[in-house]
Amino acid sequence: MSTRLTTGGRLLNKSKQVTFSFNGKQFTGFEGDTLASALLANDQMLMGRSFKYHRPRGVVASGAEEPNALVNLGTGGKFEPNQRATTTELYDGLTCTSQNHWPSLEFDVGVINNYAARALPAGFYYKTFMAPAAAWKHVFEPIVRHSAGLGKAPKDRDADRYEHFYAFFDVVVVGGGVAGLMAAKAAGQSGAKVLLMEQTAHWGGRAPVDGGKVDGVKVDDFIDATVAELEAMDNVTLRNRMMGAGVYDHGYILGYERLTDHAPLLDGPRHRLWRIRAKQIVTATGAIERPLSFAGNDIPGVMLASAMRDYVENFGVSAGDRTVVVTNNDDAYRTALALKAAGLDVPVILDARASGGGVLADEAKAAGIRVEVGKGIAKVKGGKRVTGVAICAQAGEGAVLEEIACDAVAMSGGWSPVVHLWSHCGGKLIWDEAQAHFRPDPDRAPTSHDGKPFVSTAGTASGPLKLDDVLVDGLKAGEAAAEAAGFTVTAADEPKGEVHDEAPLQACWLMPQGAGPKLRMKAWLDYQNDVKVSDVKLAAQEGYESVEHTKRYTTLGMATDQGKLSNINGLAVLSDALNQPIPATGTTTFRPPYTPISMGAIAGEARDEVFQPLRRTPIHAWHEANGAFFEPVGHWRRPYCFPRGQESHADAVSREIRQTRDSVGLLDASTLGKIIVKGPDAGKFLDMMYTNMMSTLKPGKCRYGLMCNENGFLIDDGVVARIDEDTFLCHTTTGGAERIHGWMEDWLQCEWWDWQVYTANVTEQYAQIAVVGPNARKVIEKLGGEMDVSKEGLAFMEWKDGKIGDFDARAYRISFSGELSYEIAVPASQGRAFWDALLEAGKEFNIMPYGTEALHVMRAEKGFIMIGDETDGTVIPQDLNMQWAISKKKEDFLGKRAQMRDHMASEDRWKLAGFETEDGSVIPDGAYIVAHGTNANGQRNVQGRVTSTYYSPTLDRGIAMGLIHGGMKRLGDVVEFNKVDGSTVKAKVVDPVFYDKDGEKQNV
Amino acid sequence: MSEAVSALDGATFEGFAKVEETGLRGMITVRGDLASKEMSAAIKAATGAAVPAQRKVTSGDKGAVAWMSPDELLVVVDYASVNETVATMTDGLKGSHALVANVSDARAVFRVSGDSSRDVLAKLAPVDFARDAFGAGDIRRSRIAQVPAAVWGNEDGSFEVICFRSVAQYVFDVLKVSAQPGGDVGFH
Amino acid sequence: MLTLQCPYCGVWAEETELHAEGEAHLKRFGPGSDDADFESYLFMRENPKGVHFERWRHSNGCGKFFHAARCTMTLEVFGTYPAQTLEPPQDIKDKISAKQPGWSWRDFS
Repeated sequence: MSTRLTTGGRLLNKSKQVTFSFNGKQFTGFEGDTLASALLANDQMLMGRSFKYHRPRGVVASGAEEPNALVNLGTGGKFEPNQRATTTELYDGLTCTSQNHWPSLEFDVGVINNYAARALPAGFYYKTFMAPAAAWKHVFEPIVRHSAGLGKAPKDRDADRYEHFYAFFDVVVVGGGVAGLMAAKAAGQSGAKVLLMEQTAHWGGRAPVDGGKVDGVKVDDFIDATVAELEAMDNVTLRNRMMGAGVYDHGYILGYERLTDHAPLLDGPRHRLWRIRAKQIVTATGAIERPLSFAGNDIPGVMLASAMRDYVENFGVSAGDRTVVVTNNDDAYRTALALKAAGLDVPVILDARASGGGVLADEAKAAGIRVEVGKGIAKVKGGKRVTGVAICAQAGEGAVLEEIACDAVAMSGGWSPVVHLWSHCGGKLIWDEAQAHFRPDPDRAPTSHDGKPFVSTAGTASGPLKLDDVLVDGLKAGEAAAEAAGFTVTAADEPKGEVHDEAPLQACWLMPQGAGPKLRMKAWLDYQNDVKVSDVKLAAQEGYESVEHTKRYTTLGMATDQGKLSNINGLAVLSDALNQPIPATGTTTFRPPYTPISMGAIAGEARDEVFQPLRRTPIHAWHEANGAFFEPVGHWRRPYCFPRGQESHADAVSREIRQTRDSVGLLDASTLGKIIVKGPDAGKFLDMMYTNMMSTLKPGKCRYGLMCNENGFLIDDGVVARIDEDTFLCHTTTGGAERIHGWMEDWLQCEWWDWQVYTANVTEQYAQIAVVGPNARKVIEKLGGEMDVSKEGLAFMEWKDGKIGDFDARAYRISFSGELSYEIAVPASQGRAFWDALLEAGKEFNIMPYGTEALHVMRAEKGFIMIGDETDGTVIPQDLNMQWAISKKKEDFLGKRAQMRDHMASEDRWKLAGFETEDGSVIPDGAYIVAHGTNANGQRNVQGRVTSTYYSPTLDRGIAMGLIHGGMKRLGDVVEFNKVDGSTVKAKVVDPVFYDKDGEKQNV
Repeated sequence: MSEAVSALDGATFEGFAKVEETGLRGMITVRGDLASKEMSAAIKAATGAAVPAQRKVTSGDKGAVAWMSPDELLVVVDYASVNETVATMTDGLKGSHALVANVSDARAVFRVSGDSSRDVLAKLAPVDFARDAFGAGDIRRSRIAQVPAAVWGNEDGSFEVICFRSVAQYVFDVLKVSAQPGGDVGFH
Repeated sequence: MLTLQCPYCGVWAEETELHAEGEAHLKRFGPGSDDADFESYLFMRENPKGVHFERWRHSNGCGKFFHAARCTMTLEVFGTYPAQTLEPPQDIKDKISAKQPGWSWRDFS
């Protein structure tokens, strides 16, 4: 059984006991425990079930690489699935449950998949696609859906808060082990601005567990002293519980800081995502031990040798009473010695190397441990827990020589540098035959905007494993990074680390080497996704020769651990199957993040009220207080209508229209874009921007204009007012203000930079209110002030500055409704007061605001087009019968050349017309006008489509505009629009101006 | 003139730094040849300040001037005197190709103050707010979370954030979220 | 995520401050141009693996459009320069030649 030892536990505060629950059971642990160490201390080796076969799984590692021990952590708004027990710091009251089983962890029905493993081979998922379609729908999809997913999806909204933080450094060091500490110190001493981040809560990495001395002092003390030195440097920032999540272009690196995961009661953000720009990045990310591939290597109790050592040294926890150690290198002997020192039994060390180990092997033998060389594990015995191992010769095919009872197995297949961050942005790797791993190739580093390398590695992340080499590599990396960032380094003394001679590792990709199919089917590569040696072999046999294809076919390395334990072993097996050297197979692509990061951290502050910016007009608060139903227009929220009491939206819109047509209504038009265009060449410039002639407009007058892009398509429209000889004010659509301002600046800056024109976007300087309806003038006149708004004083399509009441106003006599209409701009800070004044003055006329829907209906009744309704980026003004707005005198304007292209001038283009259904109904939005026959795809041919369709309260019937082949030449034709239910509705082609065709109402 | 109201009417928030809307401010966009004699004379007449260098803010007895782009300045004066300043600038630049526009009402201004104000801003803008990189008299146009904004450093160590009036509530809200108690980064 | 130095305000801006604006140095063809030239102006764009010239706008910043010469493979930026020019400055062309001898892009080399 796994249990708490009386000795050891350097990270624990044994005076502080904490309680937690796992699957409803109450356990205790100590402050300083991880969830995994605390579960082991309570003999809870079984921590989860595997993804595909639902096999029982225990913890296998002690850090970020853990594939098995994933839990649902927390409850309610703090619930999060797939949390690694090995990186979850224990706190009082922690609640978690195991995943991927039903009805319970101990008894899981899904384990049936395990016995059906032969029917679920590699590529099972893809193979299902080749079966008859019905099989997918009725057999495979339900199975796949049922078995998909690890943890449960959270049901409640996330109760925590998150944030981003932008920071800039000369040198960022990732990894606070001894190499990272050395690198940060070396860089810090040069004066560079340094950040050192460490993903765990502790400095020093694995060095304290492995022991030894640096410059004669215990490595623990060396670490404490170095951290103290770094803390004393003003130019160095130290952050633990912060992971280097990803390295990106031009020195961009993400630091994922976990602020309250270890103490959920702390006030403050849970995670902070540091968005860092660094001149140089040093990855001192250490190395990860590889498992060995033997049958039954996934049975709970089989662990990485280093992890088992971690649990003993760091947490005072034993994985078992009798542990068999199996290895192909010297490092695992440290585990055997540590277990022995803790008073635990190590019945045998199985060393796959025929020549055996070095000094550490001698120490083990001296400690009385039996060492068998050239031997390996034929298979592990046990189900939910290891009960013993069968020993065989590594060179053979698995004939059992002996069986040994044990309750734990410590395995070591050698160490692979953590190259993820190095590789994220293009750092290349080389194969190190001696260590049997890929390590960074310093000559092919990721390069930055200056073409120079910006990432380097330090310590075991570079390849060396011995303390001495690691320290020096860290120092050198720090110095080199500081120099590359432009600082001067004075060479420091190289620290001396204590080292033992070690015998070389011998690569061991399958144990025993000649293991047959039966053993290979139980030799796991990827624990989380249940990929075995046999699956990779099958993939190779079925022609998946590229490592990227094999990965996807078998799902090797595609789980939440992204193959930290499995990738190298998997591609070694693939190389063997393909009979090619490992470097020829290569690795899959390393992609950020290094370990999963929370969705909350990615979102940062962007949630709830500030999920996205909402733009508000100066009158917005009134709309809100008066029951407006809002619709989004870009980032603006504009009132769609103002329903009263139980009134439906449709009824509200009809009421608003009748009131406006009969008396007077108010529209908050503040969102319309307003751009000042000024300069001696302003007229010439606007002649290019608009299809109309604007340079001939007289000061004091307004003109409606169209804007096209160089493809000839309509992009915006609006009224232009000439303010003085040099100055124009251009109105744009609500959504178009920033876009059109940018469009103007583009042409001024990049094409006609010698023209003397300046622009300024003054959209938000003004609150603009349309006073609309037969009584509009009376309302304005009631406000008083000096401005003459009579028919003669301010004629249709004129504008004027002056006082209306107390307000500094600019009034435009323009109309988008067909009624007598004034659009009046006042400074935004007076907007609300002006709105209130108009409402007050209009009381006797029953004045009321109307929303965007009423605006739309009224303009459609008048046959006015709307950008975005009648246009969709493929419509030219000629399609909308707007030749009248296209100057024939101008040699050039944006879009003119395009409108001369064959297709644009074609008589076959769909053109604008009005439509009235025979039965008075409203044509559905998006409906097409059907034609005879079908196209090559068997779809009904079409000859046009509706662009605007509304119920007109003024006419009490459905009205519509649309584009139809032949356009206005089709007047009087009866055509059919399709409906959602498959039927059609008959409509007559009519003039699109449904109301006041002669324009008498707006011109009074 | 009717009484003018700023976007948030002086809203304030006290977290680990203080965030306050400063109320109405006179602001004038000026575009023209920044190197011309006419420009420096007009700016001097309007504010008492010199034309600022790239990404700098200068101050005079009547107002401040911020560098916005190679052909654009922002003149900041009392709200009450903005029309007068517009007139002075317009008059001073008569005959030059220039644009002078009152944009006081198109903007909202926030002051962020307190020892940790740099941390508040660094959560929202991709800008280096280190003391040696950004100080009093510096201006930086960038974004605050998802909207464009400009930030400048005051002599007293506080910062001013200018954004468009329509997004005043959004900017105030994200500054509030950023300055919430418990969120002090302890970095700058 | 790229950083480019805006040649107008001097800021090293990250991509979230910038807006990509397509290919640089396009020659406009208007009325009177033949169909082939006009089609090329509207639709034909370079898509090189290597040296490329682009337009960017410092949209969350000073608002100016500028040009950038960069390598689409290595993401090295050879330089940024103002938009008021018909071709890349000689010093940037020299810098590219030093790094990638024999390069060419449309009419430039």
